[in-house]
Amino acid sequence: MLNTNEIRRDFPILERATAGGARVTYLDSTATSQKPLTVIEAMDVFYRRSNANIHRGVHTLAEEATALYESAREKIARFVNAPSARQIVYTRNATEAINLVAYTWARSNLKAGDLIILTEMEHHSNLVPWHMLAAERGIELDFIPVTEDGLLDLDAYRSLLARDPKLVAFTHMSNVLGTINPAMEIIRLARDAGAVSLVDAAQSVPHLTVDVQALDADFLAFSAHKMCGPTGIGALYGKTELLESMPPFLGGGDMIKEVKLRSFRPNTLPHKFEAGTPAIAEAVGFGAAVDYLTKIGMDNIAAHEHEITEYALERLDEVPGVKVFGPPSDKKGGVTSFTLEGVHPHDVAQILDRDGIAIRAGHHCAQPLHEKFGIPATSRASFYLYNTKEEVDLLVNGLYKVKELFG
Amino acid sequence: MDDLYREVIIEHYKNPAYRGHLDPHDIQFADNNPLCGDHIEITLQTASDGTVKDARFDGHGCAISQASADLLIESIIGKPLEEVKKLNKDYILELLGIDLGPVRLKCALLSLKVLKAGVYGLGEASDELVE
Ligand SMILES: Cc1ncc(COP(=O)(O)O)c(C=O)c1O
Repeated sequence: MLNTNEIRRDFPILERATAGGARVTYLDSTATSQKPLTVIEAMDVFYRRSNANIHRGVHTLAEEATALYESAREKIARFVNAPSARQIVYTRNATEAINLVAYTWARSNLKAGDLIILTEMEHHSNLVPWHMLAAERGIELDFIPVTEDGLLDLDAYRSLLARDPKLVAFTHMSNVLGTINPAMEIIRLARDAGAVSLVDAAQSVPHLTVDVQALDADFLAFSAHKMCGPTGIGALYGKTELLESMPPFLGGGDMIKEVKLRSFRPNTLPHKFEAGTPAIAEAVGFGAAVDYLTKIGMDNIAAHEHEITEYALERLDEVPGVKVFGPPSDKKGGVTSFTLEGVHPHDVAQILDRDGIAIRAGHHCAQPLHEKFGIPATSRASFYLYNTKEEVDLLVNGLYKVKELFG
Repeated sequence: MDDLYREVIIEHYKNPAYRGHLDPHDIQFADNNPLCGDHIEITLQTASDGTVKDARFDGHGCAISQASADLLIESIIGKPLEEVKKLNKDYILELLGIDLGPVRLKCALLSLKVLKAGVYGLGEASDELVE
Protein backbone atom coordinates (compact mmCIF):
# COMPACT_ATOMS: atom_id res chain seq x y z
CA MET A 1 0.00 0.00 0.00
CA LEU A 2 1.07 3.57 -0.59
CA ASN A 3 1.73 5.79 2.39
CA THR A 4 -1.55 7.67 2.15
CA ASN A 5 -0.77 9.82 5.18
CA GLU A 6 2.04 11.35 3.21
CA ILE A 7 0.20 11.45 -0.11
CA ARG A 8 -2.90 13.09 1.34
CA ARG A 9 -0.76 16.01 2.51
CA ASP A 10 -0.17 16.77 -1.17
CA PHE A 11 -3.92 17.24 -1.74
CA PRO A 12 -5.17 20.16 0.36
CA ILE A 13 -8.75 19.70 -0.83
CA LEU A 14 -8.99 16.39 1.04
CA GLU A 15 -8.82 18.33 4.31
CA ARG A 16 -11.84 20.47 3.63
CA ALA A 17 -15.17 20.09 5.35
CA THR A 18 -18.42 19.68 3.43
CA ALA A 19 -21.77 21.36 4.11
CA GLY A 20 -22.67 18.92 6.86
CA GLY A 21 -19.37 19.56 8.67
CA ALA A 22 -17.72 16.24 7.87
CA ARG A 23 -14.35 16.05 6.13
CA VAL A 24 -14.70 15.16 2.46
CA THR A 25 -14.33 11.50 1.52
CA TYR A 26 -13.64 11.79 -2.17
CA LEU A 27 -14.67 8.63 -4.03
CA ASP A 28 -15.27 10.20 -7.43
CA SER A 29 -11.85 10.27 -9.09
CA THR A 30 -13.19 8.51 -12.15
CA ALA A 31 -15.13 11.70 -12.92
CA THR A 32 -12.13 13.87 -12.14
CA SER A 33 -9.16 13.44 -9.83
CA GLN A 34 -8.03 15.89 -7.20
CA LYS A 35 -4.87 17.91 -7.85
CA PRO A 36 -1.67 17.80 -5.82
CA LEU A 37 0.07 20.98 -4.66
CA THR A 38 2.89 20.53 -7.17
CA VAL A 39 0.39 20.83 -10.03
CA ILE A 40 -1.44 23.79 -8.53
CA GLU A 41 1.88 25.50 -7.82
CA ALA A 42 3.35 24.81 -11.26
CA MET A 43 0.44 26.64 -12.85
CA ASP A 44 0.60 29.41 -10.28
CA VAL A 45 4.33 29.90 -10.85
CA PHE A 46 3.77 29.90 -14.59
CA TYR A 47 1.32 32.80 -14.32
CA ARG A 48 3.51 34.64 -11.81
CA ARG A 49 6.79 34.27 -13.72
CA SER A 50 6.57 33.01 -17.28
CA ASN A 51 3.20 33.84 -18.79
CA ALA A 52 3.30 34.77 -22.49
CA ASN A 53 1.92 33.39 -25.69
CA ILE A 54 3.90 30.56 -27.24
CA HIS A 55 5.62 30.02 -30.59
CA ARG A 56 5.28 33.67 -31.52
CA GLY A 57 7.71 35.86 -29.71
CA VAL A 58 11.40 36.17 -29.13
CA HIS A 59 11.24 37.89 -25.79
CA THR A 60 12.28 36.16 -22.60
CA LEU A 61 8.79 35.37 -21.39
CA ALA A 62 7.66 33.98 -24.75
CA GLU A 63 10.71 31.76 -24.94
CA GLU A 64 10.23 30.54 -21.41
CA ALA A 65 6.53 29.86 -21.93
CA THR A 66 7.23 27.98 -25.17
CA ALA A 67 9.95 25.90 -23.52
CA LEU A 68 7.66 25.01 -20.61
CA TYR A 69 4.78 24.13 -22.93
CA GLU A 70 6.99 21.91 -25.07
CA SER A 71 8.87 20.28 -22.21
CA ALA A 72 5.52 19.25 -20.71
CA ARG A 73 4.77 17.56 -24.02
CA GLU A 74 8.03 15.65 -23.75
CA LYS A 75 7.17 14.50 -20.24
CA ILE A 76 3.77 13.30 -21.41
CA ALA A 77 5.36 11.47 -24.34
CA ARG A 78 7.79 9.69 -22.00
CA PHE A 79 4.94 8.88 -19.61
CA VAL A 80 3.11 6.79 -22.23
CA ASN A 81 6.39 5.76 -23.91
CA ALA A 82 5.67 7.54 -27.19
CA PRO A 83 8.70 7.39 -29.50
CA SER A 84 8.58 11.15 -30.00
CA ALA A 85 6.91 14.20 -28.47
CA ARG A 86 5.80 15.11 -31.99
CA GLN A 87 3.27 12.31 -31.66
CA ILE A 88 1.54 13.95 -28.70
CA VAL A 89 -1.13 16.41 -29.81
CA TYR A 90 -2.61 18.60 -27.09
CA THR A 91 -6.41 18.65 -27.10
CA ARG A 92 -8.99 19.94 -24.64
CA ASN A 93 -9.65 16.46 -23.28
CA ALA A 94 -10.04 12.81 -24.31
CA THR A 95 -13.34 13.66 -25.95
CA GLU A 96 -11.74 16.19 -28.26
CA ALA A 97 -8.90 13.77 -29.03
CA ILE A 98 -11.44 11.18 -30.20
CA ASN A 99 -13.33 13.80 -32.20
CA LEU A 100 -10.07 14.88 -33.81
CA VAL A 101 -9.62 11.36 -35.18
CA ALA A 102 -13.27 11.22 -36.26
CA TYR A 103 -13.07 14.56 -38.07
CA THR A 104 -9.70 14.15 -39.72
CA TRP A 105 -8.57 10.57 -40.13
CA ALA A 106 -12.01 9.01 -40.39
CA ARG A 107 -13.55 11.66 -42.65
CA SER A 108 -10.67 11.37 -45.09
CA ASN A 109 -10.35 7.59 -45.02
CA LEU A 110 -13.82 6.10 -44.58
CA LYS A 111 -16.68 5.94 -47.05
CA ALA A 112 -20.30 4.80 -47.02
CA GLY A 113 -20.70 1.19 -45.99
CA ASP A 114 -17.38 1.00 -44.14
CA LEU A 115 -17.56 -0.64 -40.72
CA ILE A 116 -16.37 0.75 -37.37
CA ILE A 117 -16.25 -1.61 -34.40
CA LEU A 118 -16.97 -0.16 -30.96
CA THR A 119 -17.98 -1.89 -27.74
CA GLU A 120 -21.11 -1.90 -25.61
CA MET A 121 -19.19 -0.43 -22.68
CA GLU A 122 -18.13 2.83 -24.29
CA HIS A 123 -18.38 6.24 -22.70
CA HIS A 124 -20.59 8.58 -24.74
CA SER A 125 -17.42 10.34 -25.89
CA ASN A 126 -16.40 7.24 -27.85
CA LEU A 127 -19.92 6.69 -29.20
CA VAL A 128 -21.42 9.99 -30.25
CA PRO A 129 -18.56 11.13 -32.54
CA TRP A 130 -19.06 7.88 -34.43
CA HIS A 131 -22.87 8.25 -34.46
CA MET A 132 -22.35 11.67 -36.02
CA LEU A 133 -19.95 10.28 -38.61
CA ALA A 134 -22.27 7.36 -39.34
CA ALA A 135 -25.21 9.70 -39.93
CA GLU A 136 -23.17 11.98 -42.14
CA ARG A 137 -21.34 9.38 -44.19
CA GLY A 138 -23.41 6.22 -44.05
CA ILE A 139 -20.73 4.45 -42.04
CA GLU A 140 -21.79 1.28 -40.24
CA LEU A 141 -21.25 0.72 -36.55
CA ASP A 142 -21.17 -2.57 -34.71
CA PHE A 143 -20.38 -3.42 -31.14
CA ILE A 144 -18.34 -5.98 -29.24
CA PRO A 145 -20.88 -7.31 -26.72
CA VAL A 146 -20.34 -7.16 -22.98
CA THR A 147 -20.83 -10.40 -21.07
CA GLU A 148 -22.93 -10.76 -17.91
CA ASP A 149 -19.77 -10.43 -15.78
CA GLY A 150 -18.71 -7.22 -17.50
CA LEU A 151 -16.04 -8.46 -19.91
CA LEU A 152 -15.79 -8.01 -23.66
CA ASP A 153 -16.85 -11.06 -25.63
CA LEU A 154 -13.71 -11.65 -27.67
CA ASP A 155 -15.18 -14.52 -29.68
CA ALA A 156 -17.87 -12.18 -30.90
CA TYR A 157 -15.13 -9.65 -31.65
CA ARG A 158 -13.33 -12.20 -33.84
CA SER A 159 -16.48 -12.75 -35.88
CA LEU A 160 -16.99 -9.01 -36.26
CA LEU A 161 -13.44 -8.74 -37.59
CA ALA A 162 -14.35 -11.04 -40.46
CA ARG A 163 -16.51 -8.17 -41.79
CA ASP A 164 -13.45 -6.13 -42.77
CA PRO A 165 -13.72 -3.21 -40.30
CA LYS A 166 -11.74 -0.05 -40.97
CA LEU A 167 -11.48 1.06 -37.35
CA VAL A 168 -11.70 -0.55 -33.92
CA ALA A 169 -12.26 2.07 -31.19
CA PHE A 170 -12.58 0.83 -27.62
CA THR A 171 -12.08 1.81 -24.03
CA HIS A 172 -8.99 0.49 -22.27
CA MET A 173 -10.77 0.63 -18.93
CA SER A 174 -14.50 1.00 -18.37
CA ASN A 175 -15.54 3.99 -16.27
CA VAL A 176 -18.56 2.05 -15.01
CA LEU A 177 -17.54 -1.57 -14.62
CA GLY A 178 -13.85 -0.91 -14.08
CA THR A 179 -13.07 -3.68 -16.57
CA ILE A 180 -9.50 -3.51 -17.87
CA ASN A 181 -9.81 -4.71 -21.44
CA PRO A 182 -7.07 -6.79 -23.07
CA ALA A 183 -5.97 -3.85 -25.23
CA MET A 184 -2.88 -5.50 -26.65
CA GLU A 185 -4.85 -8.45 -27.98
CA ILE A 186 -7.71 -6.30 -29.28
CA ILE A 187 -5.23 -4.12 -31.17
CA ARG A 188 -3.27 -7.07 -32.56
CA LEU A 189 -6.46 -8.70 -33.86
CA ALA A 190 -7.57 -5.38 -35.37
CA ARG A 191 -4.22 -4.98 -37.10
CA ASP A 192 -4.38 -8.55 -38.45
CA ALA A 193 -7.77 -7.69 -39.90
CA GLY A 194 -6.38 -4.54 -41.51
CA ALA A 195 -8.17 -2.11 -39.18
CA VAL A 196 -6.80 0.98 -37.45
CA SER A 197 -7.11 1.04 -33.65
CA LEU A 198 -8.12 3.85 -31.32
CA VAL A 199 -7.83 3.40 -27.56
CA ASP A 200 -9.93 5.52 -25.23
CA ALA A 201 -7.37 5.62 -22.44
CA ALA A 202 -9.17 8.26 -20.34
CA GLN A 203 -9.35 5.80 -17.45
CA SER A 204 -6.25 3.70 -18.05
CA VAL A 205 -3.50 6.30 -18.36
CA PRO A 206 -4.34 7.76 -14.91
CA HIS A 207 -4.36 4.37 -13.20
CA LEU A 208 -2.11 1.90 -15.02
CA THR A 209 1.24 1.85 -16.75
CA VAL A 210 0.33 2.49 -20.38
CA ASP A 211 2.98 1.93 -23.05
CA VAL A 212 1.76 2.94 -26.50
CA GLN A 213 4.58 1.05 -28.21
CA ALA A 214 3.97 -2.18 -26.33
CA LEU A 215 0.26 -1.84 -27.09
CA ASP A 216 1.07 -0.93 -30.69
CA ALA A 217 -1.93 1.43 -30.65
CA ASP A 218 -2.54 3.62 -33.69
CA PHE A 219 -4.34 6.30 -31.68
CA LEU A 220 -4.72 6.74 -27.93
CA ALA A 221 -6.70 9.47 -26.16
CA PHE A 222 -6.59 10.72 -22.56
CA SER A 223 -7.42 13.70 -20.31
CA ALA A 224 -5.16 15.48 -17.82
CA HIS A 225 -7.90 16.15 -15.29
CA LYS A 226 -8.37 12.48 -14.46
CA MET A 227 -4.66 12.03 -13.72
CA CYS A 228 -3.97 14.76 -11.16
CA GLY A 229 -3.71 17.45 -13.82
CA PRO A 230 -5.90 20.45 -14.60
CA THR A 231 -9.12 20.54 -16.62
CA GLY A 232 -9.06 21.96 -20.13
CA ILE A 233 -6.25 19.83 -21.53
CA GLY A 234 -5.80 16.32 -22.82
CA ALA A 235 -3.78 14.52 -25.43
CA LEU A 236 -3.98 12.43 -28.53
CA TYR A 237 -1.13 10.05 -29.25
CA GLY A 238 -0.89 8.87 -32.84
CA LYS A 239 1.47 6.91 -35.03
CA THR A 240 3.57 9.32 -37.05
CA GLU A 241 2.61 8.09 -40.50
CA LEU A 242 -1.08 8.37 -39.62
CA LEU A 243 -0.76 11.84 -38.12
CA GLU A 244 1.30 12.97 -41.12
CA SER A 245 -1.30 11.70 -43.56
CA MET A 246 -4.26 13.33 -41.84
CA PRO A 247 -5.68 16.71 -42.80
CA PRO A 248 -5.63 19.38 -40.09
CA PHE A 249 -8.46 19.63 -37.57
CA LEU A 250 -9.35 23.22 -36.69
CA GLY A 251 -7.92 26.08 -38.72
CA GLY A 252 -6.24 29.18 -37.34
CA GLY A 253 -3.00 30.46 -35.93
CA ASP A 254 -0.17 28.12 -34.93
CA MET A 255 -1.39 25.24 -37.09
CA ILE A 256 0.02 26.79 -40.27
CA LYS A 257 3.39 27.04 -41.88
CA GLU A 258 2.35 29.69 -44.36
CA VAL A 259 -0.86 31.55 -45.17
CA LYS A 260 -1.76 33.31 -48.41
CA LEU A 261 -4.95 35.20 -49.02
CA ARG A 262 -6.54 32.20 -50.65
CA SER A 263 -4.60 29.24 -49.23
CA PHE A 264 -2.45 27.89 -46.43
CA ARG A 265 0.13 25.21 -45.82
CA PRO A 266 -0.29 23.25 -42.60
CA ASN A 267 2.40 23.20 -39.96
CA THR A 268 4.45 20.13 -39.05
CA LEU A 269 3.49 17.70 -36.28
CA PRO A 270 2.13 18.15 -33.73
CA HIS A 271 1.32 21.84 -34.30
CA LYS A 272 -0.74 21.05 -37.38
CA PHE A 273 -3.51 19.96 -35.01
CA GLU A 274 -3.20 22.79 -32.48
CA ALA A 275 -4.99 25.85 -33.83
CA GLY A 276 -5.12 29.04 -31.81
CA THR A 277 -3.68 29.86 -28.41
CA PRO A 278 -3.79 26.64 -26.44
CA ALA A 279 -4.17 25.96 -22.73
CA ILE A 280 -0.58 26.88 -21.90
CA ALA A 281 -0.65 26.99 -18.11
CA GLU A 282 -2.70 23.80 -18.18
CA ALA A 283 -0.03 22.10 -20.30
CA VAL A 284 2.51 23.07 -17.65
CA GLY A 285 0.19 21.62 -15.01
CA PHE A 286 -0.23 18.47 -17.10
CA GLY A 287 3.56 18.07 -17.14
CA ALA A 288 3.70 18.53 -13.37
CA ALA A 289 0.97 15.90 -12.95
CA VAL A 290 2.97 13.42 -14.97
CA ASP A 291 6.04 14.19 -12.84
CA TYR A 292 4.00 13.60 -9.70
CA LEU A 293 2.59 10.27 -10.87
CA THR A 294 6.01 9.16 -12.12
CA LYS A 295 7.59 9.92 -8.77
CA ILE A 296 5.05 7.74 -6.96
CA GLY A 297 5.17 5.08 -9.66
CA MET A 298 2.25 3.90 -11.77
CA ASP A 299 2.73 0.28 -10.73
CA ASN A 300 2.56 1.32 -7.08
CA ILE A 301 -0.60 3.30 -7.74
CA ALA A 302 -2.22 0.38 -9.58
CA ALA A 303 -1.31 -2.00 -6.74
CA HIS A 304 -2.69 0.40 -4.13
CA GLU A 305 -5.99 0.80 -5.98
CA HIS A 306 -6.21 -2.92 -6.47
CA GLU A 307 -5.94 -3.56 -2.76
CA ILE A 308 -8.58 -0.95 -1.93
CA THR A 309 -10.90 -2.28 -4.63
CA GLU A 310 -10.59 -5.81 -3.31
CA TYR A 311 -11.40 -4.57 0.15
CA ALA A 312 -14.34 -2.51 -1.14
CA LEU A 313 -15.81 -5.48 -3.01
CA GLU A 314 -15.50 -7.58 0.11
CA ARG A 315 -17.17 -4.99 2.31
CA LEU A 316 -19.93 -4.16 -0.18
CA ASP A 317 -20.69 -7.83 -0.44
CA GLU A 318 -21.64 -7.80 3.25
CA VAL A 319 -24.34 -5.17 2.78
CA PRO A 320 -27.73 -6.77 2.12
CA GLY A 321 -29.35 -5.45 -1.05
CA VAL A 322 -26.12 -4.24 -2.65
CA LYS A 323 -25.40 -5.55 -6.14
CA VAL A 324 -22.01 -4.78 -7.66
CA PHE A 325 -21.59 -4.69 -11.45
CA GLY A 326 -18.46 -5.70 -13.30
CA PRO A 327 -15.80 -8.37 -13.24
CA PRO A 328 -13.89 -9.72 -10.22
CA SER A 329 -11.12 -7.54 -8.81
CA ASP A 330 -8.30 -9.20 -10.77
CA LYS A 331 -9.84 -7.98 -14.03
CA LYS A 332 -10.66 -4.46 -13.03
CA GLY A 333 -9.35 -1.15 -11.81
CA GLY A 334 -10.53 1.02 -8.93
CA VAL A 335 -14.11 1.58 -10.08
CA THR A 336 -17.07 0.02 -8.29
CA SER A 337 -20.59 0.57 -9.57
CA PHE A 338 -23.47 -0.83 -7.59
CA THR A 339 -27.16 -0.60 -6.86
CA LEU A 340 -28.87 -0.72 -3.49
CA GLU A 341 -32.21 -2.47 -3.60
CA GLY A 342 -35.20 -0.15 -3.23
CA VAL A 343 -33.19 3.07 -3.26
CA HIS A 344 -32.43 5.15 -6.32
CA PRO A 345 -28.71 5.94 -6.80
CA HIS A 346 -29.45 9.66 -6.58
CA ASP A 347 -30.86 9.19 -3.13
CA VAL A 348 -27.90 7.04 -2.13
CA ALA A 349 -25.47 9.73 -3.28
CA GLN A 350 -27.43 12.51 -1.65
CA ILE A 351 -27.64 10.80 1.71
CA LEU A 352 -23.94 9.85 1.65
CA ASP A 353 -23.15 13.49 0.93
CA ARG A 354 -24.51 14.35 4.39
CA ASP A 355 -21.44 12.64 5.77
CA GLY A 356 -19.12 14.24 3.24
CA ILE A 357 -18.90 11.10 1.10
CA ALA A 358 -18.69 12.00 -2.59
CA ILE A 359 -19.78 9.30 -5.00
CA ARG A 360 -21.31 9.57 -8.45
CA ALA A 361 -24.87 8.55 -9.27
CA GLY A 362 -26.40 8.19 -12.71
CA HIS A 363 -25.47 6.47 -15.93
CA HIS A 364 -21.92 7.89 -15.92
CA CYS A 365 -22.11 8.84 -19.60
CA ALA A 366 -22.60 5.19 -20.51
CA GLN A 367 -26.33 4.92 -21.09
CA PRO A 368 -26.23 1.97 -23.51
CA LEU A 369 -24.25 -0.08 -21.01
CA HIS A 370 -26.83 0.58 -18.30
CA GLU A 371 -29.59 -0.37 -20.70
CA LYS A 372 -27.76 -3.61 -21.37
CA PHE A 373 -27.88 -4.41 -17.67
CA GLY A 374 -31.50 -3.27 -17.48
CA ILE A 375 -30.93 -0.50 -14.95
CA PRO A 376 -31.41 3.24 -15.42
CA ALA A 377 -28.60 4.23 -13.10
CA THR A 378 -25.95 3.04 -10.65
CA SER A 379 -23.99 4.48 -7.76
CA ARG A 380 -20.27 4.54 -8.38
CA ALA A 381 -17.42 4.73 -5.91
CA SER A 382 -13.97 5.07 -7.42
CA PHE A 383 -10.53 5.06 -5.87
CA TYR A 384 -7.21 6.72 -6.52
CA LEU A 385 -3.80 6.96 -4.92
CA TYR A 386 -5.05 9.09 -2.01
CA ASN A 387 -7.92 6.83 -0.96
CA THR A 388 -7.79 4.57 2.09
CA LYS A 389 -9.54 1.49 3.44
CA GLU A 390 -10.98 3.71 6.18
CA GLU A 391 -12.81 5.60 3.47
CA VAL A 392 -14.29 2.34 2.22
CA ASP A 393 -15.52 1.75 5.77
CA LEU A 394 -17.11 5.20 5.80
CA LEU A 395 -18.86 4.36 2.53
CA VAL A 396 -20.22 1.10 3.90
CA ASN A 397 -21.38 2.74 7.14
CA GLY A 398 -23.09 5.37 5.02
CA LEU A 399 -24.90 2.70 3.02
CA TYR A 400 -26.26 1.23 6.24
CA LYS A 401 -27.59 4.67 7.11
CA VAL A 402 -29.30 4.88 3.72
CA LYS A 403 -30.92 1.53 4.32
CA GLU A 404 -32.13 2.63 7.72
CA LEU A 405 -33.71 5.77 6.31
CA PHE A 406 -35.49 3.89 3.56
CA GLY A 407 -36.23 1.02 5.97
CA MET B 1 -32.78 12.85 9.97
CA ASP B 2 -33.14 15.77 7.57
CA ASP B 3 -35.56 17.79 5.53
CA LEU B 4 -34.93 16.36 2.11
CA TYR B 5 -35.93 12.89 3.20
CA ARG B 6 -38.87 13.88 5.37
CA GLU B 7 -41.10 11.02 6.31
CA VAL B 8 -43.85 12.05 3.89
CA ILE B 9 -41.44 11.87 0.99
CA ILE B 10 -40.15 8.43 1.90
CA GLU B 11 -43.74 7.32 2.52
CA HIS B 12 -45.00 8.53 -0.88
CA TYR B 13 -41.96 7.00 -2.53
CA LYS B 14 -42.43 3.61 -0.94
CA ASN B 15 -46.22 3.45 -1.01
CA PRO B 16 -47.49 5.70 -3.77
CA ALA B 17 -51.29 5.92 -3.90
CA TYR B 18 -51.48 7.04 -7.51
CA ARG B 19 -48.99 4.80 -9.27
CA GLY B 20 -50.52 3.15 -12.29
CA HIS B 21 -51.81 3.62 -15.78
CA LEU B 22 -55.35 4.60 -16.73
CA ASP B 23 -56.96 2.93 -19.72
CA PRO B 24 -58.84 4.47 -21.39
CA HIS B 25 -57.39 7.93 -20.90
CA ASP B 26 -57.85 11.34 -22.48
CA ILE B 27 -54.32 12.56 -21.94
CA GLN B 28 -51.06 10.65 -21.87
CA PHE B 29 -47.51 11.96 -21.77
CA ALA B 30 -44.09 10.63 -20.75
CA ASP B 31 -40.60 12.03 -20.43
CA ASN B 32 -37.17 11.36 -18.93
CA ASN B 33 -34.76 13.36 -16.89
CA PRO B 34 -31.67 12.69 -19.01
CA LEU B 35 -29.33 13.46 -16.14
CA CYS B 36 -30.33 10.54 -13.99
CA GLY B 37 -32.67 8.48 -16.11
CA ASP B 38 -35.78 9.27 -14.06
CA HIS B 39 -38.86 8.41 -16.09
CA ILE B 40 -42.44 9.55 -15.55
CA GLU B 41 -45.58 8.75 -17.49
CA ILE B 42 -48.87 10.39 -16.64
CA THR B 43 -52.31 9.24 -17.81
CA LEU B 44 -55.36 11.37 -17.14
CA GLN B 45 -59.12 11.23 -17.63
CA THR B 46 -61.06 14.47 -17.95
CA ALA B 47 -64.63 15.14 -16.83
CA SER B 48 -67.18 16.89 -19.04
CA ASP B 49 -66.93 20.03 -16.90
CA GLY B 50 -63.23 20.39 -17.77
CA THR B 51 -61.86 19.07 -14.50
CA VAL B 52 -59.48 16.18 -13.88
CA LYS B 53 -61.62 13.12 -13.27
CA ASP B 54 -58.76 10.78 -12.44
CA ALA B 55 -55.03 10.48 -13.02
CA ARG B 56 -52.10 8.13 -12.46
CA PHE B 57 -48.34 8.25 -12.84
CA ASP B 58 -45.92 5.49 -13.67
CA GLY B 59 -42.17 5.31 -13.99
CA HIS B 60 -39.03 5.03 -11.96
CA GLY B 61 -36.56 7.35 -10.36
CA CYS B 62 -35.33 8.81 -7.12
CA ALA B 63 -37.46 9.39 -4.04
CA ILE B 64 -37.86 13.06 -4.85
CA SER B 65 -39.13 12.50 -8.40
CA GLN B 66 -41.52 9.71 -7.49
CA ALA B 67 -42.85 11.28 -4.31
CA SER B 68 -43.47 14.59 -6.03
CA ALA B 69 -45.34 12.77 -8.81
CA ASP B 70 -47.56 11.04 -6.28
CA LEU B 71 -48.23 14.26 -4.38
CA LEU B 72 -48.92 16.13 -7.59
CA ILE B 73 -51.44 13.61 -8.90
CA GLU B 74 -53.18 13.51 -5.55
CA SER B 75 -53.51 17.28 -5.61
CA ILE B 76 -54.89 17.72 -9.12
CA ILE B 77 -57.77 15.28 -9.11
CA GLY B 78 -60.95 17.36 -9.27
CA LYS B 79 -59.08 20.51 -10.36
CA PRO B 80 -60.04 22.34 -13.57
CA LEU B 81 -57.51 21.71 -16.36
CA GLU B 82 -57.20 25.47 -16.78
CA GLU B 83 -55.85 25.61 -13.25
CA VAL B 84 -53.49 22.72 -13.84
CA LYS B 85 -52.00 24.68 -16.72
CA LYS B 86 -50.98 27.42 -14.31
CA LEU B 87 -49.14 25.24 -11.78
CA ASN B 88 -45.46 26.03 -11.39
CA LYS B 89 -42.30 25.25 -9.49
CA ASP B 90 -43.45 26.87 -6.28
CA TYR B 91 -46.51 24.68 -6.21
CA ILE B 92 -44.34 21.54 -6.22
CA LEU B 93 -41.97 22.90 -3.60
CA GLU B 94 -44.94 23.65 -1.40
CA LEU B 95 -46.29 20.13 -1.86
CA LEU B 96 -42.92 18.66 -0.94
CA GLY B 97 -42.35 21.14 1.85
CA ILE B 98 -38.62 21.35 1.17
CA ASP B 99 -36.06 23.50 -0.56
CA LEU B 100 -34.04 21.95 -3.35
CA GLY B 101 -30.75 22.63 -5.10
CA PRO B 102 -30.67 22.94 -8.90
CA VAL B 103 -29.94 19.27 -9.59
CA ARG B 104 -32.65 17.81 -7.41
CA LEU B 105 -35.10 20.47 -8.53
CA LYS B 106 -35.08 18.82 -11.95
CA CYS B 107 -36.09 15.53 -10.32
CA ALA B 108 -38.88 17.23 -8.40
CA LEU B 109 -40.27 19.09 -11.41
CA LEU B 110 -40.25 16.21 -13.89
CA SER B 111 -43.82 15.13 -13.11
CA LEU B 112 -45.19 18.66 -13.44
CA LYS B 113 -43.36 19.10 -16.71
CA VAL B 114 -44.86 15.88 -18.05
CA LEU B 115 -48.31 16.78 -16.76
CA LYS B 116 -48.33 20.23 -18.33
CA ALA B 117 -46.93 19.03 -21.65
CA GLY B 118 -49.79 16.53 -21.72
CA VAL B 119 -52.49 18.98 -20.74
CA TYR B 120 -51.29 21.53 -23.28
CA GLY B 121 -51.02 18.77 -25.88
CA LEU B 122 -47.40 19.57 -26.68
CA GLY B 123 -45.04 17.35 -28.62
CA GLU B 124 -42.21 17.87 -26.20
CA ALA B 125 -41.83 18.78 -22.54
CA SER B 126 -39.62 21.79 -22.00
CA ASP B 127 -38.20 23.27 -18.82
CA GLU B 128 -39.96 26.55 -19.50
CA LEU B 129 -43.27 24.88 -18.66
CA VAL B 130 -42.43 24.77 -14.97
CA GLU B 131 -40.51 27.97 -14.39
C1 LIG C 1 -13.75 5.93 -20.40
C2 LIG C 1 -13.87 7.40 -20.61
N1 LIG C 1 -13.71 7.90 -21.83
C3 LIG C 1 -13.79 9.21 -22.08
C4 LIG C 1 -14.07 10.11 -21.09
C5 LIG C 1 -14.19 11.54 -21.45
O1 LIG C 1 -13.25 12.31 -20.80
P1 LIG C 1 -13.32 13.89 -20.95
O2 LIG C 1 -14.65 14.29 -20.46
O3 LIG C 1 -12.20 14.36 -20.08
O4 LIG C 1 -13.10 14.18 -22.38
C6 LIG C 1 -14.26 9.64 -19.80
C7 LIG C 1 -14.60 10.59 -18.71
O5 LIG C 1 -15.47 10.38 -17.90
C8 LIG C 1 -14.16 8.26 -19.55
O6 LIG C 1 -14.32 7.77 -18.32
